[in-house]
Amino acid sequence: MQLNDQRDIKAAPDVVWAAILDPQMLQAAIPGCESVSGSVEDGFEAVVTQKVGPVKATFTGMVRFSDIQPGQGLTISGEGKGGPAGFAKGGAKVRLDPIPEGTRLSYEVDASVGGKLAQLGSRIIDGFAKKMADEFFQRFQQAVEGPVTVAEEEAAPEEPAPEGEPKKGWFKRLLG
Amino acid sequence: MPKDGGIGASTKRREDVRFLTGKGRYTDDINIRGQAYAWFVRSDVAHGRIDRIDTSAAEAMPGVVKVFTAADFAGVGGIPCGWQVTDRFGKPMQEPKHPVLADGKVRHVGDPIAVVVADTLEEARDAAEAVVIDITELPPVLDMKAALSADSPKVHEELSSNLCYDWGFVEENKGAVEEAFKAAAHVTTLELVNNRLVANPMEPRVAVGDYESHSGNHTLYTTSQNPHVIRLLMGAFVLGIPEHKLRVVAPDVGGGFGSKIYHYAEEAFVTFAAKQVGRPVKWTSTRSEAFISDAQGRDHVTKIELALDAQNNFTAVRTETYANMGAYLSTFAPSIPTWLHGTLMAGNYRTPLIYVNVKAVFTNTVPVDAYRGAGRPEATFQLERVIDKAARELGVDPVELRRQNFIKPDQFPYQTPVAVVYDTGNYHATMDKLLQISDRAGFEARAAESRARGKWRGFGVAHYIEACGIAPSNLVGQLGARAGLYESATVRVNATGSISVFTGSHSHGQGHETSFAQVVAELIGIDAGQVEIVHGDTSNTPMGMGTYGSRSLAVGGSAIVKATNKIINKAKKIAAHLMEASEADIELKDGKFTVAGTDKSVDWAGVTLAAYVPHNYPLESMEPGLEETAFYDPSNFTYPSGGYGCEVEVDPETGKVTILAFSAADDFGNIVNPMIVEGQVQGGLAQGIGQALLENCVYDENGQLLSGSFMDYAMPRADDLPSFNVDHSCCTPCTHNPLGVKGCGEAGAIGSPPAVVNAVIDAIHRAGRTDVTHIDMPLTPSRVWQALNA
Repeated sequence: MQLNDQRDIKAAPDVVWAAILDPQMLQAAIPGCESVSGSVEDGFEAVVTQKVGPVKATFTGMVRFSDIQPGQGLTISGEGKGGPAGFAKGGAKVRLDPIPEGTRLSYEVDASVGGKLAQLGSRIIDGFAKKMADEFFQRFQQAVEGPVTVAEEEAAPEEPAPEGEPKKGWFKRLLG
Repeated sequence: MPKDGGIGASTKRREDVRFLTGKGRYTDDINIRGQAYAWFVRSDVAHGRIDRIDTSAAEAMPGVVKVFTAADFAGVGGIPCGWQVTDRFGKPMQEPKHPVLADGKVRHVGDPIAVVVADTLEEARDAAEAVVIDITELPPVLDMKAALSADSPKVHEELSSNLCYDWGFVEENKGAVEEAFKAAAHVTTLELVNNRLVANPMEPRVAVGDYESHSGNHTLYTTSQNPHVIRLLMGAFVLGIPEHKLRVVAPDVGGGFGSKIYHYAEEAFVTFAAKQVGRPVKWTSTRSEAFISDAQGRDHVTKIELALDAQNNFTAVRTETYANMGAYLSTFAPSIPTWLHGTLMAGNYRTPLIYVNVKAVFTNTVPVDAYRGAGRPEATFQLERVIDKAARELGVDPVELRRQNFIKPDQFPYQTPVAVVYDTGNYHATMDKLLQISDRAGFEARAAESRARGKWRGFGVAHYIEACGIAPSNLVGQLGARAGLYESATVRVNATGSISVFTGSHSHGQGHETSFAQVVAELIGIDAGQVEIVHGDTSNTPMGMGTYGSRSLAVGGSAIVKATNKIINKAKKIAAHLMEASEADIELKDGKFTVAGTDKSVDWAGVTLAAYVPHNYPLESMEPGLEETAFYDPSNFTYPSGGYGCEVEVDPETGKVTILAFSAADDFGNIVNPMIVEGQVQGGLAQGIGQALLENCVYDENGQLLSGSFMDYAMPRADDLPSFNVDHSCCTPCTHNPLGVKGCGEAGAIGSPPAVVNAVIDAIHRAGRTDVTHIDMPLTPSRVWQALNA
């Protein structure tokens, strides 16, 4: 499966770039990541526990960086073996572009699974991969931008619900 | 003869008493003292080179007895293929090695690499996780046409390409067929896919191996449709065990549908391992494993062309098919798209010229072999679809176009241009019967009623022929079979008159224990309760070929008739002696021997007792005892046929197809147990409709099986099916077997898929959408909707 998306991060490209190469940041961003060790040059070994549909497994695998263009982008590829659960592998082409607010991070992700994961989980794998990618970059963004304040977090859900909302619901019920 | 027990009686199935009360004894119910458990480590990539296998960690795990890899099988043969097809150029097919455990390379997801044998199943399973296997992935071979290009990776390095064979039939007719197409007034062309299926019998495969060191005797308990065939293949070709030291037992088997014909690596493994570890070894497939290790079915990509003259007579048929073999040749795989497919391309029609080309291709997928119908559903589907398409193009009634081209009732025996000779049939009669039982006359009114509800109703027909009663051994030998296809029976009459019949056929849902007993009871005139049918154990049944290809009653039943007739002949001699009469004057009726024209009689038990207590017995001219064995080798195939009609409703908003009615008018020749026949037809229809609407085996671009569980592989359920309207009153008995029977096990699965698709296309055309001429199976709502909204 493949998916493309982008997010705007309130930090300069060189800050974002440094974060991408930081294994601590990687561990914080990979959902379900238990440990990351290694280096940019040799690759990182990561242990990740995830549940895909009916299959829960701990994957051990390598994360490698390639096509490194400092400050502009790179390719992250990973392959994890989950023992009897099979394997998962995937990659993300990441691009950084400066924008007035900071940095636009665009990514193209492709992922594939094999073994029991594919046999039992194929129907949900696309949604799962999208969720994983979204979550990865969401967490990455949060880690770079720093913790969101409580006030902001509470304010956010209020935004899409304008004042007329309850009335509209009531009106709709009446008509329905 | 009590009519509730003889030929023609709908006797209730005696085996159901144990099946329905949980008393069946299946292979998994067999547990031998001290047995260890096997867990297979299987490939999770479709194609790869095995760089390293490290079993040391697994071997150190609790309870582990031994971990096996290909290295342990160095001195052992590979899994053999039972049929060698010769290609268009006179060369034998390419036949790759098929090791018991993957050796150097893995070739499909599920290919077994290592096996852990441990004290408990849980320990074996846990230790399997500790087996380290390094595999370098290779690009998978998946698309059949791409697999044949010169730059395709190869599934088997030792072969020159991924082509197993390029088969032409009848090769000598090729030129004449081409001429006929040039001269045709109309040519209809159809390209289609016959979707890959997973058999999914209710009982997954199980194998238990046992070895007796003091005698050197091996025993394999296995879920097989043909224990003698497994004994021969595994003993002679894989493990080198002579028959007298190898017993194969297939006890109650919970469905096979073809998938349990073949000799599988797991059977050889447990037999081999039991001796190696000095303990019985048991393997029970999980459902997940069944999806990636049981041979799968169908998977043809076909282009068929039909040539017609100006009067709409069929003048020629030409086909080009790519048939998927999967990664290895399963036992009978090469014969399915060739001799069980090409020979049926005449269908029920007088088409004078036929040319069938089949390219069998290796791919990195699970091996493909026979599945209920085996080659004949593929032939029937393409032929009945292209005829329907031709009728629509020509603006004629599909029923009339068929009827016009049917072989006429007075033309039997009929020599087809594809080698086979149909002995009997009356296709006009089955078609008439179909139209009657399906109330085709009332269809327009029903269609109007559907239209009023915004639904599109359609009616589709299909008329099938199949070649059953497999098969004349000398003929199949010429065609490349590495086995004879006779059947055997031993009839043992006990001293007090009860009878044990030992048959080489194997029942795994067919009801042999009931119907075979009816045959013997009828011949002798005793109660069927006096007759017991024994099957499934090579140690007590004569060498037989097992059950598949709708052959059991036609071939196995005929062997029983032959053996029973031998019994009757001997019993008459004994009766003649007892009554001091001439043997020629002895008559047997209702279990009693009489001397013609007198009131002298002796009953069945009186004769059987004399045979075993021979105080008053012609010992100087006859041996005591009453036991006979017979082998029956058929002189021809049998040719069941029938007309199938399907009435559907298509929801144009969602693309959902609902089957409102399904009617089947079959000609099975004579029928022993109508209730069992009806059950067989209903089950076949369910599977055929499953293929047409629901089932599809899908691999992704990496060769991963996506439809690998019942969440993704849609089996037909009761609410997908209508109440079937099954009729088998049309009867043209088979002329060359003693029962006049033809076989009924596969018919439903053969005739129904084209009827369903024809009905859906009919519904769509009636709604004015004549641009939609074909939709590939399965006709899921998504596919139908997409066809309507393309």
